[in-house]
Amino acid sequence: MPKREDIKKILLIGSGPIVIGQACEFDYSGAQACKALREEGYEIVLVNSNPATIMTDPELADRTYIEPLTPDFAAEVIRRERPDALLPTMGGQTALNIAMELHNNLILADYGVEMIGASPEAIAKSEDRGLFKKAMDNIGLSCARSGSATTLQEAIVIRNHLGSWPVVIRPGFTLGGSGGGIAKNDEEFTRMAAAGLAASPTSEILIEESLLGWKEYEFEVMRDRNSNAVIVCSIENLDPMGVHTGDSITVAPAMTLSDREYQVLRDASLAVMNEIGVDTGGSNVQFAVNPKDGRMVVIEMNPRVSRSSALASKATGFPIARIAAKLAVGYALDELQNDITKATSACFEPALDYVVVKAPRFNFEKFPGTPNTLGTQMKSVGETMAIGRTFKEALQKALRGLETGRAGLGSDGKDDFADLTPDAFHRALATPSDRRIYAVHEAFAQGMSVEEVHAVTGIDPWFLAEIEELAVFASHLRGDVKSLGALRRDERLFRQAKAFGFSDRQLAHLLGANEDAVRGARHELNLRPSFQLVDTCAAEFVSVTPYYYSTYGSAVSAQLDEGDERQSIMIIGGGPNRIGQGIEFDYCCCHASYALKGAGYRTIMVNSNPETVSTDYDTANTLYFEPLTLEDVLEIHHRENPDGAIVQFGGQTPLNLARSLEANGMKIIGTSPESIDMAEDRKLFGDLMDRLGIKQPPHGMAADVASALDVAEEIGYPILARPSFVLGGRNMAIIHDPDELASYMHALPDVSAASPVLIDHYLEQATEVDVDCLADGDDVVVGGMMEHIEIAGIHSGDSACALPPPNLPENIREAIREQTAAMARALHVRGLMNVQFAVQRGQIFVLEVNPRASRTVPFVSKATGVPMAKLASLCMAGFKLRDMGFVEEPRPRHYSVKEAVFPFNRFPHSAVQLSPEMKSTGEVMGMDRVNGCAFLKSQLAAGNRIPQSGHIFLSLRDADKEASLPLARRLIDLGFTIYATRGTSTALRNAGIPSQAIFKITRGRPNVVDLMNEHDVSWIINTIEMGAEPVADESRMRSMAVMRGIPITTTVDGLRAAIEGLEMMRRHHNRLEICSLQEYNRLGLRVNLPTRPAAAQ
Amino acid sequence: MKTAHDYNWTETRDQNAFLALEDGSVFRGFSIGAPEDRVGEAVFNTGMTGYQEILSDPSYAGQFVCLTAPEIGNYGINPEDMESRGFFASGLIVHRVSPPSNWRSREDVRAALAARGTPAIAGIDTRALTTILRDRGAMKSYLCVSGGVSEADAIEKARAWEGLTGQDYVSRVTCKETYRWDADNRLTVSFPHDGEILPPADSWVVAYDFGIKWNILRSLRRAGLAVTVVPATTKADDVLAMKPDGVFLSNGPADPAAVGYAAEAIRGLLDKLPLMGICLGHQLLGIALGGETYKLPFGHHGCNHPVKDEAHNRTLITSQNHNYALRAESLSDKTVEITHRSLNDGSVEGLRSREYPAFSVQFHPEAAPGPHDADPLFEAFHKLIRESK
Repeated sequence: MPKREDIKKILLIGSGPIVIGQACEFDYSGAQACKALREEGYEIVLVNSNPATIMTDPELADRTYIEPLTPDFAAEVIRRERPDALLPTMGGQTALNIAMELHNNLILADYGVEMIGASPEAIAKSEDRGLFKKAMDNIGLSCARSGSATTLQEAIVIRNHLGSWPVVIRPGFTLGGSGGGIAKNDEEFTRMAAAGLAASPTSEILIEESLLGWKEYEFEVMRDRNSNAVIVCSIENLDPMGVHTGDSITVAPAMTLSDREYQVLRDASLAVMNEIGVDTGGSNVQFAVNPKDGRMVVIEMNPRVSRSSALASKATGFPIARIAAKLAVGYALDELQNDITKATSACFEPALDYVVVKAPRFNFEKFPGTPNTLGTQMKSVGETMAIGRTFKEALQKALRGLETGRAGLGSDGKDDFADLTPDAFHRALATPSDRRIYAVHEAFAQGMSVEEVHAVTGIDPWFLAEIEELAVFASHLRGDVKSLGALRRDERLFRQAKAFGFSDRQLAHLLGANEDAVRGARHELNLRPSFQLVDTCAAEFVSVTPYYYSTYGSAVSAQLDEGDERQSIMIIGGGPNRIGQGIEFDYCCCHASYALKGAGYRTIMVNSNPETVSTDYDTANTLYFEPLTLEDVLEIHHRENPDGAIVQFGGQTPLNLARSLEANGMKIIGTSPESIDMAEDRKLFGDLMDRLGIKQPPHGMAADVASALDVAEEIGYPILARPSFVLGGRNMAIIHDPDELASYMHALPDVSAASPVLIDHYLEQATEVDVDCLADGDDVVVGGMMEHIEIAGIHSGDSACALPPPNLPENIREAIREQTAAMARALHVRGLMNVQFAVQRGQIFVLEVNPRASRTVPFVSKATGVPMAKLASLCMAGFKLRDMGFVEEPRPRHYSVKEAVFPFNRFPHSAVQLSPEMKSTGEVMGMDRVNGCAFLKSQLAAGNRIPQSGHIFLSLRDADKEASLPLARRLIDLGFTIYATRGTSTALRNAGIPSQAIFKITRGRPNVVDLMNEHDVSWIINTIEMGAEPVADESRMRSMAVMRGIPITTTVDGLRAAIEGLEMMRRHHNRLEICSLQEYNRLGLRVNLPTRPAAAQ
Repeated sequence: MKTAHDYNWTETRDQNAFLALEDGSVFRGFSIGAPEDRVGEAVFNTGMTGYQEILSDPSYAGQFVCLTAPEIGNYGINPEDMESRGFFASGLIVHRVSPPSNWRSREDVRAALAARGTPAIAGIDTRALTTILRDRGAMKSYLCVSGGVSEADAIEKARAWEGLTGQDYVSRVTCKETYRWDADNRLTVSFPHDGEILPPADSWVVAYDFGIKWNILRSLRRAGLAVTVVPATTKADDVLAMKPDGVFLSNGPADPAAVGYAAEAIRGLLDKLPLMGICLGHQLLGIALGGETYKLPFGHHGCNHPVKDEAHNRTLITSQNHNYALRAESLSDKTVEITHRSLNDGSVEGLRSREYPAFSVQFHPEAAPGPHDADPLFEAFHKLIRESK
């Protein structure tokens, strides 16, 4: 069946900001879907609030709406665009939920929009536990048995019905699943059930048969409307049931199932697809299998592409989202081609001749007070994937690819189990956490057996035996081989160590050498990895797509195309997502590849993050899916010997490698690593600023506590302190007195003269301004200037900001432009540079300069229509801004506001507070012709549902009271009523503004907590002092607001913008207008990117 | 506590075994099976599961199977997943072998190979070998695990071997005597066991054993057919004298052109009884219907082969294991309908006689290993028998 001709225009919904559980995998799927559908000639309308996505690039759709992902805005887009169909399966749960609402409130029916890819009935069946269970019953498959109760009596009846212990108790709708647990006997059960009922706002608990310790599998299924169906990939979790699959180390293909058992799951997967009624597209089905007898239960299925389908796509080479999009418009699987071989059919099941391991990346350290234990709620912020010829090799590569400082699975001197008591070690082994895998390794090093470790962890003995072998091999190297010289003399042993996945760094640690020496010895023996293809077919057919991984398990490398005479440029990516380094950097890497490919270069992408667009097989000409360590990148460099390499786009990851790569012969293009380092070097940079006559806040450096106290004394408190070389403001703090400073210094790891602590005077009452500029060696042009809405001192990544700056006078802007240009010239920038300024009472200070891609580049590009990262990569390759038509700062006539999105709801034990340390996982953008409306949209998009009426709780710090009074009046005019704490209430009363006084939380009742409990407050306005520890009051209020989804506004500027937006809305019949990126850009600046000369094609 | 002595690392590194191909390529590794050198034809199989079924599939007689799956041995060997009375593959070639972990495992792969006299080699760069076999075709080769032969001699021995073409391997693997399958009606050795209720067997077929896989017998029985298995050389008249309701033609090893007696018997049955063939049985039916076979470059061996079912406009993901195929042009469109084709190379994957109640498929609907997409074909055979009664 060919594609459908009865639909012309298709609406796609993205997944919005990056949050835990929904990351850039949906940019990957959405971008693939856009491309796949447009090449079929469909008109694409896209809605997504996340500016850092490739899918929202104006070239990818015909109409791109960067608008909040709410049913109202989606309906508005439908009204305006009248699409024929809606494809809801590419944008994660967010898109699915919006699509269901549009279906339920009849918007789709009213406007004649057909849902393609998944029907509302199928979505409902898969999402509703009751319906799902019934569907599974129909096809003879079992689910975990469970029941829900609203009283203790009901709970006991259900418990008795389940029969065996233990049982899981899950309270309904509590933050972070708090109040639940696993009960092993009657007494525990009664206690936990009662606690759960109390904790649940709906007094509801789910009681479920425990599958703890069962093996967990996931099958990725594709199906078309002719009922052709294939399994793209099977995935086995190393961590048994009980750990969210997003937080588990997972392995593909499944390792411990015989064919018979595998086929039982395959049959079940297809039956589930069929019964749920997924006509076309990709789905995943999760199973638990009892390791004792093979009993299988279905856990869940998702009738859409998912994080695991992104993983499966990267693991197999099979582009699930692309094919799913084609199936949704009517193609059958057997009408489509396998894009990797370009010769065989897409209707097949990929065969892997390698092992893939995915490892999750966590950021617990950002949320003090949060335990690092893992459970059924996902906590990881990113992941890395590694490919090896064996499980051992892949596991070791994955763990070093996590970029947590580890060189692999143990054997790197970074384990900290030595100090643990036996009991504490047992706990570390028994409790799933981010470091349990290392505890497993350590257990074997300490002599525990596979059986013992299995009994404690529930991890399948097969995986354990592999890890045990690694541990024994490591002690063989350490104890018997002893020196690098001895290893050097036994080449076969050396090769074996590498085939076991040991990194040079691990070998150095085990043999008492350094990494360079190990690499040197290895290269003397010409012991290098081979590079193999990810080809979907285990070499059965010739593959034309150069998608590689390295291994020491095969000797013969796949051939490079010798006939390709294009100059090559290698782009080093950002590795696993983490707070502070996410999709924004991947966006820049993708853009570099697009622009350089367009200009006739062959691009080589190196990255290890399976969620990304950069690791899509057609983003770069050549893809290396490899850990971003010095060793791994140098081996790729040896094979490819590229004409240039770009390190300034992938965030801190490539920058940390830059000097070493350069020292090992890599030709780095663009701003030199030396300049990048210089901007980080306090002394050199300070001297340069003095020479340029640019002001910095008083500052200094300290390598120990005493000198820190001296420096702080000299420049004056409050101070802003941070370690050098960090991204995302890790360990950055505002400090008010010497005691605080001393304890800060004591808590910091690794402070020394080589990596000192940087200390700045903190500028109070200042406005921060972010600038992204481009430089080509001749010209410097500002791409965008952003005014922060949050108070100075909050990490720029966490701060909302507006472009163009709404409150900055032109003379200040001009001065900022001049200073930016002076710095870019002085640093010999070629490419991008980001500067953070603070403006205090008309004075401009430079806070920080980063001559590299910044987090705001995609936002600026979306706001102005100028593809900053593309221009930057071309500048690095030698093209000139002038020739590309980019000569002056774009002046958009609309406003764009960026807002950050936080994961506080996942970390209920951590204080809800913004600080100089970045905590946001993602960002959204609001665009409008009116600044206030853009701000309001940014808030809605971030999930801060600012209400249009109702009760407000207002608590102002003294310094803000005067400026806020007119705003309070406007709030009253808008129809809000105000509750206020005593001080604020008095100030309001004196100004003639009515309000109702309530108590501070600790002073009496009613207070704001009561109001929240009674659903009597819909907006909290609480302006704050920077850096001060929040009093218990505030902290409790904020956690509760986060849990209940009540918006909090913390600055006067934010409040002002919100009011402006609300007033504008009031004038427009309570609606916010929408407009597509393409329409905004029509008025904007155009640049001319070089295209490949015809001769080279 | 384990130490270095508990592992075979040295053996892995010493690479005392090797595989020599007729083109002069040599792949070194270490022995993980019986200490017996052999000649055989090297082929590769891309299935990611199912090494036990592959080893015990008689169709692999005469062949060294190179498994492209990265880790072998993980789930061990169990009594239920045997596809015949023993291991028939001449040898096994793997990248890595590991000790098992699975609730059904009863035996380690290495021990099983040694006990059944099957030589095997591990530590091979199976991807490089597969690439050679893909580019140059399945090859005669010599597997040296004894240490007693030089590489040069091994290459010569590989070249000197007569190969599989023109060879009758069926007579080496077929049963010696007629027997009733599953006499106790409990589907002896099968998985999953519990709760399977077999339909009553309302018809009875004779199955020619050219190297039959047990899961074919199980599948026939599950479709409501009682089965009696006869040796490959059984004459048509002898079968007719048994008065079955239908005849099944099994899979088997090597070259279909070399088993003329089987094609002859099939010709004698064509107009008398409903017939179904699988793999070699399919090729033999094709020959009996006037077709001829040819050798594919490297054959189809794996669990992921898409086959278009032309009549139902559906693609089945099938399990395959064959080096020979029927030439489409050799089959007269007047008498034979080609019902299935490979989506990858367009080769004939299934046929139906327009004159007689007979059909056959090149792939393996019984799976084991592989997907169950084509399982309904056994039901189709049952239906054909009922309609022909």
